[in-house]
Formats: sequence, C-alpha cells, structure tokens
Amino acid sequence: MITPIQDAVRFDTVTEVTWTQLVTASGLTEDEVTELVQYGALVPRDPSAPTWTFESRWLVVARHASRLRHDFELDPHAVSVVLSFAERIESLEAELRALRAQLG
Amino acid sequence: MKYKDYYGILGVKREASGDEIKTAYRKLARKFHPDVSKEKDAEEKFKEVSEAYETLKDAEKRAAYDQLGTYREGQEFRPPPDWGQQYAPGGGSGFNSRAFEDIDLSDLFAGLAGARGRAGGGPRANRPMPGSDYEAVVRISFDQAFHGTEVDLELSALEWDPDGGVRRVPHRVRTRIPRGVTNGEKLRVPGKGGKGANGGPDGDLYLDIEVADHPLYRVSGSDLYIDLPLAPWEAVLGTSVELPTPAGTVTLKVPAGTRAGQQLRLSGRGMMRGAAGAGHLYALVRIEVPSVVDDAQKDLYRQLADSSNFDARAHFVKEASR
Repeated sequence: MITPIQDAVRFDTVTEVTWTQLVTASGLTEDEVTELVQYGALVPRDPSAPTWTFESRWLVVARHASRLRHDFELDPHAVSVVLSFAERIESLEAELRALRAQLG
Repeated sequence: MKYKDYYGILGVKREASGDEIKTAYRKLARKFHPDVSKEKDAEEKFKEVSEAYETLKDAEKRAAYDQLGTYREGQEFRPPPDWGQQYAPGGGSGFNSRAFEDIDLSDLFAGLAGARGRAGGGPRANRPMPGSDYEAVVRISFDQAFHGTEVDLELSALEWDPDGGVRRVPHRVRTRIPRGVTNGEKLRVPGKGGKGANGGPDGDLYLDIEVADHPLYRVSGSDLYIDLPLAPWEAVLGTSVELPTPAGTVTLKVPAGTRAGQQLRLSGRGMMRGAAGAGHLYALVRIEVPSVVDDAQKDLYRQLADSSNFDARAHFVKEASR
C-alpha cells in the first residue's frame, strides 16, 4: 500500500495559531496559558485583541512550558522563569555556534 | 510482557510514602531531564524514571502495579487472571483476552487510563477527544537538510479496543522535510499523531530534526561557512578558485591583497529559509604556507624579503606606546 506523503511544516513568525490551537497542542490549561501570557512567557500577536492569536513559533515554547510544568511539577510562574533561562541558554548557544562556524 | 521494577528505578522501597516517591523522582528528574542533563542516555533514563513516577504517584495505579506481583527486572510475566477486572473500569474484559506480549508495562497502564477515561465521566465519555501528539527524532544528512528530503517514519502507536483492551499497532508516516532545516529545529506534521475519539481531531506529529555535520560546511542560522585556504601568492596577487557550494561548484574571484580571516560572501548561497529567502555562504580565508620549500624557492622568498618594505607588525610599535 502506498502511504501518502505529507508536508512537515515549520514553526515560524508568519504562520498564525489560534488560542484554541495553542491550548490544545500545548497540553496546558486555558488558565495556565493566560498566566504564562501575563508573565510574558507567551506573547500574543495583539495582547489587546479580544481573542488572542500567536505566531506559530510560540507553539514550541508552549509545548516546552507544558513539559516543564509536568516533568518538574512547576507552577506557571516557575515555568516562566525557567523558560526565560532556557531562552537565554539557547541564544548563547546560537552565538557560540555562530562563532564556531566563523572560526572554523 | 517484561516486568519493570518501578520502585527500583526510583530507588525507593516498596513501602515508600508518597512524599518519598516524589522526592526520589524530583532528584532523578533534576539529574536526567533532557533540558538539564548532558549525560549520554539521559533521555532514555528520564523516560524510565517518568514512567515509574506516573504510576507510583497515583494511588490507584500504584495499587494496580503492586497487585501485578514482584518479579526480577526484565522478567517475562503475565498479570494475574482477575487483574483487569479489578482495575479496568467496566470489568476491563479486554485485559483478559488480550495477549500481553506485544505491549509493555507503560502501555498497560496507559490502557487502564484510557479505559478509565472512556468508562467514567458520564457525558464526557462520548465527547470528542483529540488524538495524542507523537514526537519523533529525524536524523538527516547535511545535503538532505539543504535540499529538503522525504523520510519514512515507522512509529508504534497505542490503540484501544471498545472493550478497554490496548495494543500496539504500526504507524507509518511519509513526510516531506522542507529545504533549509537546521539542527535542533522542530517541525509539525498536522494530523499524523494519534487517532481522535468520538469525532475529535487526530493529534499532530512533532519532529525533532538532527542534522549530521558536514566536513566542509558549518551552519550558523541560515548562513554557511567554508574555509578557503589560499597560498600566500594567491592572497597577494588575487586569483580565481573553484569553490564547492551545496548547490554546485562556483568560480570565486579572490581580490588581490586578501588577508587571512577575511570573509568573502556569496550572497544567497546559504540555507533556504522559506519566505525569508536564502542565507549567505561565507568563504573564510586562511593563508597556508608550503611545509617543504626547496633552495630555489627559499632564494625567491629571500629576494622578496629584501625587496619588500612591508612590516606585518607595524602596529606593535604604535599600540605599545599608547
């Protein structure tokens, strides 16, 4: 039987996900997502809009948040702090990779 | 089915309290969680620890686990005959008839949770339930990442019977990886996760991309770097070189007076990033000197040294006096 091929899609700043999609795909509750938005760990496209939408890259962050919440049994505030450290580590690692690539 | 000693995995006694189990888990999670640990088998270890904790932290699941009996780690066993009837809601007839050889212990408890979800909760039992999301690691070569590729994934999915039984079924997915993916990038294959129930949507498949290093190219975001070794006279006089790029060889004009460490940019020859366009390829100049020089060549170098007034360390005097 021939298995149909399906495109794998990127998480980027162009594609948009709805509030419901973010909640469902992350595994977080609506309250947890709201709290993470309040702490700045998740950023809607227009925070003043009646219904929030997000760039699809925030889905990766939300899933990471969900994993941290579950695996370390953290509350949303602690999750937001850990996420900010993780973001800092990622940006330092990216800088390190760039320097290594330039140095050879 | 192979037995897993959940107490042993967490390093606690069978009679450990809930708090002791939680403390043991937290200590091990801190040690093996993939976000924290750089240990080689950390992810596998964390999965084991997490699986043990998921069962032992829940009083009902823990009681069900204890009722399975005690065996050696990895020993083949079957649950007692009345085990499913006792712990699976609605009698769990599926657990009696099911051959247990093709599932593992975590599947058995996932089956219990699934059966509980279906049997309990009144109207919730019939409400649409989205399918689970799956995650898979995809390892590809640099060339596959640059050009894009198609991959076949052979996954194994849990499937529930209406009677509460659980089994593993092969889940084959063919997917197209877009060009320009980088190491560590995540991709989503919509609707290729677990099947939804009661009309709920199917879950998604998430891919963790791992790209093998290339002997020539180094990746930084969407830019690529390649070393460009030049002979001293090529750097001084300028030259044209045939430079390999992932999309084919190009002729690169090296201007006269090129210095070591200089980056020559080939615009748009880096990784493709969708709507953002392609990154650049940078040729990083290195000046290589011959390790063997014969007498005639040495004479030429000496003539050059005598005739040149170039001082490579002129800035020493200037900077040292500041």
